[in-house]
Amino acid sequence: MKGIAGKLAPTRLLRLMLLTAVALAGCARDAGTQTLTFWTFGREGEAVVQLLPGFEREHPGLKVVVEQIPLTAAHQKLLTAIAGGATPDLGQLGNTWLPELATLGALEPLQPYVERSAVVRADDYFRSIWATNRMGGVLYGVPWYVDTRLLFYRRDLLRQAGFDAPPRDWAQWRRMLAALSHPQRHVYGILLPTNEYEQLLSLALQQPDPLLRDGGRYGNFESAGFKRALAFYVDTFRLHQAPPITNVEAGNPWVEFGRGTYAFYLSGPWNIGEFRRRLPAAQQGDWATAPLPGPDGPGAGLAGGASLVVFRRSTHKQAAWALIEYLSRPQVQQRFYELLGDMPPRRASWAGGVLRDDPKAQAFREQLERVRPTPAVPEWERIANEMQRLAAQAVAGELSVDQAAAELDRRTDRILAKRRWVLDRRRETR
Amino acid sequence: MNRPLAAWLFLAPALAVLGVFFLLPVLAAFALSLTDYDLYALADLHNLRFVALGNYWALLQRPLFWSALGHTVYFVGVGVPLSIGVSLGAALLLHSPLARAQAFFRTALFAPVVTTVVATAVVWRYLFSTRYGWINHLLGLVGIHPVDWLGDPHWAMPAIILYAVWKNFGYNMILLLAGLQAIPGELYEAARIDGASFWRQFRHITLPLLGPTLAMVSILTVAGYFQLFAEPYVMTEGGPLQSTTSVLYLMYEEGFTWWNLGSASAIAFLLFAVMFAVTALMLRLARRREAL
Repeated sequence: MKGIAGKLAPTRLLRLMLLTAVALAGCARDAGTQTLTFWTFGREGEAVVQLLPGFEREHPGLKVVVEQIPLTAAHQKLLTAIAGGATPDLGQLGNTWLPELATLGALEPLQPYVERSAVVRADDYFRSIWATNRMGGVLYGVPWYVDTRLLFYRRDLLRQAGFDAPPRDWAQWRRMLAALSHPQRHVYGILLPTNEYEQLLSLALQQPDPLLRDGGRYGNFESAGFKRALAFYVDTFRLHQAPPITNVEAGNPWVEFGRGTYAFYLSGPWNIGEFRRRLPAAQQGDWATAPLPGPDGPGAGLAGGASLVVFRRSTHKQAAWALIEYLSRPQVQQRFYELLGDMPPRRASWAGGVLRDDPKAQAFREQLERVRPTPAVPEWERIANEMQRLAAQAVAGELSVDQAAAELDRRTDRILAKRRWVLDRRRETR
Repeated sequence: MNRPLAAWLFLAPALAVLGVFFLLPVLAAFALSLTDYDLYALADLHNLRFVALGNYWALLQRPLFWSALGHTVYFVGVGVPLSIGVSLGAALLLHSPLARAQAFFRTALFAPVVTTVVATAVVWRYLFSTRYGWINHLLGLVGIHPVDWLGDPHWAMPAIILYAVWKNFGYNMILLLAGLQAIPGELYEAARIDGASFWRQFRHITLPLLGPTLAMVSILTVAGYFQLFAEPYVMTEGGPLQSTTSVLYLMYEEGFTWWNLGSASAIAFLLFAVMFAVTALMLRLARRREAL
């Protein structure tokens, strides 16, 4: 199936797209040229601008205006736009923000569009990634690119220490970290920047216990699973196998990784490109990527990434959907990967282009089949921030693992208080 | 037309502007602070609850609010005297009859005030860099070990104070310089004839006659320093370990990052109450000293 979607379908798809394009152009002729406003956050905007001429050629009546918004300002910009009724036609949306915007009623349900689409086919997408776009059974977005965290490692250093393969479970991983850390020489097993929550979150998602309980009403951080993940994370610092520094202080992690300051680096797909660019050619054979080790055997990872959404207030929903379909085509996604290194969310896109034969990307391909979504509550981003703050305090020795978990549950329950009230009231009115 | 009516008519434009752009928003914010306006209320107004003073009560029980207030008081308590001290020192140097190229130095020392906070904060972040920054480089020359300025919870606030003092001292310097120039020269002449040293001239002529200016400068500076926000926002994002989270930064996070506008408004009013109490106390102290 994958092969067919990847090789045969494109021509047929193209023809279909052209037909829709003609139809759309027909509609547009009456209204003149339609302008689609497309909000992107972060680097994606620069790359997508290069993909758009193809779309505009196919849809002569459509003009796409891309507004690039810096990631640090994105969240406020979105909320302010919703409050002021000034949302764009479509946009990029990180999948941790999707529940929030869906709760606000800002997003158009996309299931009817997907059902009619020949391009976007749910079963071709990685299951957990697709699931992060559903809330309460309603689909609000189509995955655009995926993001998960896994291990970058120095193959040569591992081999010197007597390990032929990357770790498969936590026990092996701990042994390798111990063998590779020499804190007195400022050499550490791994770099885990203490201001990013994704690393701890990845470990926490490997546990059987959910992070929230009772339908997202309360925190579940005092569960044995979360405490195990937090303890593993904190121990890595306490055993001096990772330096307790933030991203800012880590400065240039790529060069340090090349020098052997860190043997592992738990990070995301964009770093494949960074390491290729920043490390000398002689060292390119020394590093590799590996899926995350789990508590006992290969572990799950974080289902991150961003989706494309249509805003409910848009007056050009069909045209916006046409652009989503264009950006979801495997060839376009492969091009997107070449431009930026953002990994495609559907298997058909992985079956061709440079991704298929790239050994460094294959670990991500493997991990993506084993990712888990974060809880779909609007407050999640805030809870994850609190989680990392308390974890950093535990790393600094101000709190024990038990204290940090208890405090996290306390804070989470307070953050979720309003959600509980809203849910209870909804139940009563029914 | 009778006189009071004419006066009101003249005042009307200013009052209208004040009413629309100041009084009304303040009243609306106060009303907001009595509700639990948040994301859910933004989605559907039926989710809005009147909570009376609930937000205030919850804040007073939140350790983070108290630690933010502590950081702000630390910033004001250390930053204001330091800032005024530097301003006074610079003003005295500029006022000295020995000073050359006065106009140049006055402009140069005032320059940081008119630069943008964000641009200079970014430059200072480079200066504070642990490994490659000039500040650690200079400290290294005198044999002091590198300090992790913005990464160490104990050093981040001093670093921000240092930057804020540099950024703001020029403004007070100009005010104090004007105050110094208003002191009649004969007084110093008489003191010199009586054989008073520089220190005694400063202590018994300059300081007392500069009193009113100093009082005003302190009150303005305290009010300004309580509103610490841009510096941590650009340099540390409130970290490390929230050691540079000020009250205003907390309000910003609560309001614009998490959209809890009810609770954010309550923070704003609490900060207002604290600032009001402190400046009122300072005014009263200044008046009492004048009366003596």
